Amino acid sequence: MTEHRPHEDTQKGISRRNFIKNTGLVAGGLVGGSLFGGLLTNQLQKPNAPINSEKEVSHLLEARTFFSNSEDFLILSAATERLFPTDDLGPGAIELGVPYFIDRQLAGEWGMNAKEYMKGPFLQTGVVDAYESQADSTQDQGPNAETQVPTPAFRYQTPMTRGDIFMEGVQALEQTAQEKFKTNFHKLEPKQQDEILQMFDDGKAKMNGVASTTFFNLLLQTTIEGAYADPVYGGNRNMEGWRMKEFPGPRMSYTADIEKEDFIVMKPESLRNYQGH
Amino acid sequence: MAKKLKKVDVVVVGSGWAGGVVSAELAKAGYQVVTLERGKKQDRQDYIGVKDELRYTDRYEMMQNLSPETITSRVKIEDTALPVRTRAEMMAGTDLGGGSVHWAGATYRWRAIDFELRSKTIERYGKEKIPEGMTIQDWGITYDEMEPYYDKWEKTAGISGEPDPLGDKRSSDYPNPPMLASPAVKLFKETTERMGYHPFQVAAGNLSQAYTNPDGEKLNACMFCSYCTMYGCDFTAKSDPLATVIPTARKTGNCEIRTNSLVRRVLHKDGKATGVMFTDTRTGIEYEQPADVVVLGAFSFTNNRLLMLSEIGTQYDPATRKGTIGRNFNGQFNITFLGARGFFENKKFNLYMGAGALGGTLSDFAGDNFDHSNVDFINGGGIEMRQYGDGAISTNHVPSGTPKWGPEFKKNSIHYANRSLVAWYTPAVMSWWHNYVDLDPTYKDEYGDPLLRITNRYTDHDRNMAKFGIEKCSEIMKEMGADIIDEDEVPEEFDHIYSGGHYAGGIIMGADPETSAVNNYLQMWEMDNLFVVGGSAFPQFGGHHPTSTIGALAYRAAEGVEKYLKEGGQLAEAKQETLNA
Ligand SMILES: Cc1cc2nc3c(=O)[nH]c(=O)nc-3n(C[C@H](O)[C@H](O)[C@H](O)COP(=O)(O)OP(=O)(O)OC[C@H]3O[C@@H](n4cnc5c(N)ncnc54)[C@H](O)[C@@H]3O)c2cc1C
Ligand code: SF4
Repeated sequence: MTEHRPHEDTQKGISRRNFIKNTGLVAGGLVGGSLFGGLLTNQLQKPNAPINSEKEVSHLLEARTFFSNSEDFLILSAATERLFPTDDLGPGAIELGVPYFIDRQLAGEWGMNAKEYMKGPFLQTGVVDAYESQADSTQDQGPNAETQVPTPAFRYQTPMTRGDIFMEGVQALEQTAQEKFKTNFHKLEPKQQDEILQMFDDGKAKMNGVASTTFFNLLLQTTIEGAYADPVYGGNRNMEGWRMKEFPGPRMSYTADIEKEDFIVMKPESLRNYQGH
Repeated sequence: MAKKLKKVDVVVVGSGWAGGVVSAELAKAGYQVVTLERGKKQDRQDYIGVKDELRYTDRYEMMQNLSPETITSRVKIEDTALPVRTRAEMMAGTDLGGGSVHWAGATYRWRAIDFELRSKTIERYGKEKIPEGMTIQDWGITYDEMEPYYDKWEKTAGISGEPDPLGDKRSSDYPNPPMLASPAVKLFKETTERMGYHPFQVAAGNLSQAYTNPDGEKLNACMFCSYCTMYGCDFTAKSDPLATVIPTARKTGNCEIRTNSLVRRVLHKDGKATGVMFTDTRTGIEYEQPADVVVLGAFSFTNNRLLMLSEIGTQYDPATRKGTIGRNFNGQFNITFLGARGFFENKKFNLYMGAGALGGTLSDFAGDNFDHSNVDFINGGGIEMRQYGDGAISTNHVPSGTPKWGPEFKKNSIHYANRSLVAWYTPAVMSWWHNYVDLDPTYKDEYGDPLLRITNRYTDHDRNMAKFGIEKCSEIMKEMGADIIDEDEVPEEFDHIYSGGHYAGGIIMGADPETSAVNNYLQMWEMDNLFVVGGSAFPQFGGHHPTSTIGALAYRAAEGVEKYLKEGGQLAEAKQETLNA
């Protein structure tokens, strides 16, 4: 919630939710494929048991309303799990409900770009794409140099909505998996999935309409959001994301604690508590 | 044909601090006022129970809907400007109270030197200190003349703070004491004091105690609820128009506030404004609101655009460097607010607690508080360390070298969630001949009217200043005991991201009608009954946050409007300035 620096990540000409400044190399993941596969199938195949706990009620809210094709959803889920994997700190993206969070976001106002300026002409497919890929290497001489590309790194110049970008992106993940490994993306080994995701991160994967980085950044942004947004949006299931981060959720007041020296761990509470339901 | 409404004394466009202060003051003085606001009505009740980071911080719930209208942006005059399409890239206030509702509340007066920057720089360092192409100028008003208006606004807003030890003379203290200091803020203050600097607590528009302002509006003490910047305050504890000037204007019975009213033209005849044309955004019906005086307080972008669409004044042309409308666009963008982030292995701070303006700051490198003989820039800025109250989504700071996703990212982002602090520099921004605004030739709003186009290029001056600030912040972080320090990198180029709401200029103040559009009452030189209020009047940006200067200027303008209604004519004397930089 810092207003003046929400964009520190964008200084490199990459999108807002890259979260950290340096593009490092991908660390090899240990936990992976089999685990999330299991989790996901469990969920997808849950029998119609009677509902007798709050936990199960919340599972009733977990059905796809954006991705109509279950295969696409499996690919999306696998990708989010690599970005935010299960480990000994706690649950990863799938267990937190991140894929359902993303699905719901895409089905709504944000996924449909309802409040964004979507009038043409659009330059992403032509000129702007080129700016993005040139931005880093040509900026060294500064803006006064004649060789400078004119307007580097405009972030959103496509007629595609975010929903469209995700559809294209998920299919491009699959396409790349087929080309490289001749296997479905969601069936690949974690290391192979990471390799493909890194290609997307670097803008080196083939994608229609936008650079693969654009999709990757949206995927990363929504994965993190899904891990830590209020559970009402379908992710951060049972506030496990908050628990890992020792985040208390919305509270009325910290006046009594603001001066305290020691770190205080509170049992998290959600918007539902806050609104007094 | 637009439906013609009953004539009033004053029509005000916009209901943030700028429009709100003017509306309240004139309504209090007994004039009939109509205030037009494009967004919906809102009040405190609308924020009770919505402490929701995704909705407000990540989905920009309170920001302008860009689907009908945005701005376009480019770096160089030869470039094709492209629209800034998403709310992640463009935040402007909308709805009753405007951006002044979701601001953070960090409050600073600008410094004496800011108002006379050009002449004082020349006086002290010689003319050569001002590089070719830099179009800074004096404001046509001095700090001493501004002081009573600052004082007035601070009292209306109930600002809580302690005086800047290196600040200019004040006629009185802040109306409320500073907020409680968290351990992180104390650490900043103690460390920088030890380093020989002069730290103080950031003066806050988050109230340190219950307070009744001079207009009788009651505000409560801030609860450090953390959902502050980009949110409305559900406790009436933030200094905003909804808690102050809007109810003040209403209770006079002289001010009608109309929401959902998008102003699209200033109407004028024979060199005089006759009123405004607006559209009710719910019905699409067009109205004409006639008035004796028109006041624009609709934030920098709309203030500029309305004059251009209404063909008032002469558009600035960078080729000839003549014309005053759209001149000297300036603001704080991603090259400002740079500094250093420290990661602490053995300390954990309760960073999920905070308030919009909770923080420590110092002015040792602001204005002319340090010698500029050996630095390659003019003016300076504050150094701040803030504790906003971090959300879980936005705290993912990890030391550089950490991958940005995957297991190591997860581990580090969780480990450091409550172990990192950042200090940044808030430098002033100079104006240049090549930074300006005009109308875009291609992109249009939903009514077919051209969008505002911004041309903004960084210079070596900006980069030098940023580097200087980063070094200072890094030294402070080191002294504070950080184990890992990540310094921000200075961006080469403007990234077309308009966050934080610090954009200004275009309809600038001055003493010379050749180089300024408004006089020191914010009255247009070319149209006596039109006043343009807000950051649009800044000839260049000062080295601190802008809002108290906007509030103070609004009080000045209100006085001007009243004077005009009584006496008529131009309220300030035009002077010729030699400006051949
Ligand atoms: C997230 C955020 C945090 C900030 N934090 C700080 C801070 O800590 N300290 C600080 O000093 N500053 C801060 N600012 C800046 C501060 O918000 C602005 O300086 C201040 O609100 C400007 O006041 P204003 O009255 O000029 O504009 P606004 O408050 O934005 O009011 C303008 C009003 O005009 C209306 N309007 C625009 N066009 C039209 C039209 N055509 N017809 C009718 N109405 C129209 C808008 O809807 C709006 O309500 C912050 C800004 C943001 C975005
Ligand atoms: S931090 Fe204070 S001023 Fe800000 S919203 Fe919460 S209670 Fe209001």
